[in-house]
Amino acid sequence: MFGKLTLDAIPFHEPIVMGTLVAVILGGLATLALVTKFRLWGYLWKEWFTSVDHKKIGIMYIIVALVMLLRGFSDAIMMRAQQAMAAGESAGYLPPHHFDQVFTAHGVIMIFFVAMPFITGLMNMVVPLQIGARDVAYPFLNSLSFWLFMSGVVLVMVSLFVGDFAATGWLAYPPLSGIKYSPTVGVDYYIWSLQLSGLGTTLSGINFIVTIMKMRAPGMTLMKMPVFTWTALVTNILIVAAFPILTVTLALLTADRYLDMHFFTNELGGNAMMYVNMIWIWGHPEVYILILPCFGAYSEIVATFSKKPLFGYKSMVYATSCIGVLSFVVWLHHFFTMGSGASVNAFFGITTMIISVPTGAKLFNWLFTMYRGRVEFNVPMLWTVGFMVTFVIGGVTGVLMAVPGADFVLHNSVFLIAHFHNVIIGGVVFGVFAAINYWFPKAFGFRLNEFWGKASFWCWLVGFWMAFAPLYVLGLKGMTRRMNHYANPDWQPFLIVAALGAAVIAVGILCTLIQFYVSVRDRKKLTDPSGDPWGGRTLEWAISSPAPFYNFAIVPQIKELDQFWEDKQNGVAYVQPAKYEDIHMPRNTGVGVVMGAFGTVLGFALVWHIWWMAALGLVGMVAAFIVRAYDRDIDYWVPAAEVEKIERSRHAQLKQFQTTQVAPVAAPQRQKVA
Amino acid sequence: MQALFSRLRYAGVGAAVLLSGCNMEVLMPKGDVGAHEKSLILIALGLMAIVAIPVIAMTLWFPWRYRQSNKKATYAPNWSHSNKIEVVVWTIPAIIVAILAVITWTSSHALDPYKPLESEAKPITVQVVSMDWKWLFVYPEYGVASVNELAFPTDRPVNFQITSDSVMNAFFIPQLGSQIYAMAGMETKLHLIAREPGTYAGLSTNFSGEGFSDMHFQAIATSEDGFKDWIAKAKASQANLDTDGYNALAQPSEKTPVTYYGNVAPNLFVNVVNKHMGEMSHDAAMHGDMMQMHHDAPQESMQMDMHPHQDGDAMSSNITPAKAEK
Repeated sequence: MFGKLTLDAIPFHEPIVMGTLVAVILGGLATLALVTKFRLWGYLWKEWFTSVDHKKIGIMYIIVALVMLLRGFSDAIMMRAQQAMAAGESAGYLPPHHFDQVFTAHGVIMIFFVAMPFITGLMNMVVPLQIGARDVAYPFLNSLSFWLFMSGVVLVMVSLFVGDFAATGWLAYPPLSGIKYSPTVGVDYYIWSLQLSGLGTTLSGINFIVTIMKMRAPGMTLMKMPVFTWTALVTNILIVAAFPILTVTLALLTADRYLDMHFFTNELGGNAMMYVNMIWIWGHPEVYILILPCFGAYSEIVATFSKKPLFGYKSMVYATSCIGVLSFVVWLHHFFTMGSGASVNAFFGITTMIISVPTGAKLFNWLFTMYRGRVEFNVPMLWTVGFMVTFVIGGVTGVLMAVPGADFVLHNSVFLIAHFHNVIIGGVVFGVFAAINYWFPKAFGFRLNEFWGKASFWCWLVGFWMAFAPLYVLGLKGMTRRMNHYANPDWQPFLIVAALGAAVIAVGILCTLIQFYVSVRDRKKLTDPSGDPWGGRTLEWAISSPAPFYNFAIVPQIKELDQFWEDKQNGVAYVQPAKYEDIHMPRNTGVGVVMGAFGTVLGFALVWHIWWMAALGLVGMVAAFIVRAYDRDIDYWVPAAEVEKIERSRHAQLKQFQTTQVAPVAAPQRQKVA
Repeated sequence: MQALFSRLRYAGVGAAVLLSGCNMEVLMPKGDVGAHEKSLILIALGLMAIVAIPVIAMTLWFPWRYRQSNKKATYAPNWSHSNKIEVVVWTIPAIIVAILAVITWTSSHALDPYKPLESEAKPITVQVVSMDWKWLFVYPEYGVASVNELAFPTDRPVNFQITSDSVMNAFFIPQLGSQIYAMAGMETKLHLIAREPGTYAGLSTNFSGEGFSDMHFQAIATSEDGFKDWIAKAKASQANLDTDGYNALAQPSEKTPVTYYGNVAPNLFVNVVNKHMGEMSHDAAMHGDMMQMHHDAPQESMQMDMHPHQDGDAMSSNITPAKAEK
């Protein structure tokens, strides 16, 4: 009846897990009680869960990413604490069985359930606004993508309390991840949570490519597209090209585990090297999927806060595209030590180095954007400068390991760990925080508190270097990754410093949470009445903050790269049209939620071999989709009168603001043009 | 916990050491391969510093110089393009990468782990099997074997033939240089040489499950006499690595103590490789009788060792699918 699932699956004997479970249950109950008490269920369901509004979906992605960041970071703290303790005879406090799950979960969660939703959330929030669109091309599909991603999140979280998670490392190399060496359900949780969320990612990749290709405002040619949108385009092309490879790789691993096949086993001619190649053919583009939109965000921020156009827009676009193409021909650098011939290794090493040329060009472009500018040190700009310094080091160590001969002694060491955290924290996390601080007013109508934002930045910057500089050294001392304990006492002081660094980062995260709290509390004071708090250059700053649900009352006409900036210069920004028109909008739907819920049931049932329940989940998903396919009531018109009402109050607010405030630096007097 | 606190005061020392440059084993190589790799690391870092240091300096200088409050600095609000700068920022990194690419190509060939080392001295062969969770070292030329301890004479190339009887591992002695994966059903090769006597830490660098953290070994580089003594010590062991002995050893175990085997079944290594080859196995040596297959046959692994190393071609053996090239 319940497949492999019994009460024994709940790890009653593990105090850490049980303590967490109790905390989660109590926290969950408290949340549910509060939502019920304040009668928020209807609001949440109508305004958020069933929403197909790209802005709300983007916000939901980012909220979930922040929550999962706390989970993934708890794993990091546990690892750092374990390694700080477990020297010599000491075994630390985490047995290998638990520790191995912790580092696997940390990697999986940070990449798939933190970094990816941050990026997807940002693209959702920003891309349609930057191209003058009213939503994405397929709003329902967007909602479905989010809820499929959520079902992956739910499965990963359930694995903490029911059964176990993979103890294989975040890429689950076979034969270790095969049924023979990993007989528990851990790897199955891994597989199904990634398959569900991966499906969501692929669908949203398609959605964004179509959105960017087909829904740009009239006149916005590709070379007039804002840089962030360019990076989003390349990232989504990478998603659509790379994620199916992950799907197939995991499907083959599934066949090995469920159907007794031997694609990657030690037996009957199975070949684990095939898996390693395939997973990295997805895996390397994946890191560029994460970093490119962050490069885009930095580009927007550095131009805005330097009060200058981005230096070398064209070369930025070409650099982004180059990186996108090259990201598919470097995967073997993840395993130079697998025994490929010298020429093969050298080829992949050289292609990897070539990527550093366009990446370096990007850095120079940001530098020359600041050059002869008027640099304003707001929170987003601090993250950007912090990123530029940090990322250069990460790039240097990356190119170093692209030399096969150097990689032969650095591979799989904690030097490698330091390197990829250097680029992922220094590049992606910094970029995401920069972007959140930058676009927050557009999402909520008020700015984030500067003081706590700066405090968070300094904690992250200092904490990052404290946590990972020792790992660079330890890598050169021959320490390898994923060690539960170690015999060499020389390593311990470094690992203690690293643990302290993690603690400083924890303070940084705390500062971010305080920042959100304080900003919400002081939202009146931090309000953004103009919709253009930073003196922005791109279209999203032309509309009110928060953006109205239809984004643009009148679809803008594009003649310049930085159209809004030009409009401000020419005094034609904020011009009210003579007449508004009806706006065509998609209607909210709960089908995404329902399909996500059935998807969770399907995934859970497959993990535990509960076949009737799996059938139920699958049938539920397909049935919900069919119901949706026959639904004809999926859109509606916003009457011109309502649009006019909303826009009038916006312009009244704007006028009031302009009379009380000195106009922002480069927004000279605005004239009325009839 | 107390140990943790007592260590805590060393943390400050650690930070100081961090800056002053402590003993970094990878940068203190004791053999030719490691020495080459060290110089490669330093050359690559030096080349990259040509771009990296100015970029970091500019990243700190530009935003400071052009900060909003510095009204003395030039402000060019519409300047956003310069062909000259574009040419410089694309070509200088490209030139450095081109130099690095040449270095990469030549060093990848010179340091190819499959390539035998050039030496007057006669090489010694060690067959390495990674198991759950220990290392087995077989000396086909001497008919002995050891677990979690490896010995070889200095100044003589060591030809490692590596496989796994379980999941994937990686064989690595940081102070001697390169590492290479150990994978079931295939043989990977590694050639190292030690120039200084000493006991060096060896480990698996590829996570292999519960007992992974204790999967380390001692690599003893010693004089010819010391090596002879070590072999004699192993020879003197009563332990026998026949089928039963091997199967007992192959059971998963952690923190396995150093063990010597004075007697080793011939073709042990080849049979371990073939065991995981399935239908592809050329002599179909299967589990139970794997040790008895080649009682009278000459040591196949020895022959394998002869041909490939003449010209650096490792594919002459049909059990080396791990070699992707050629």
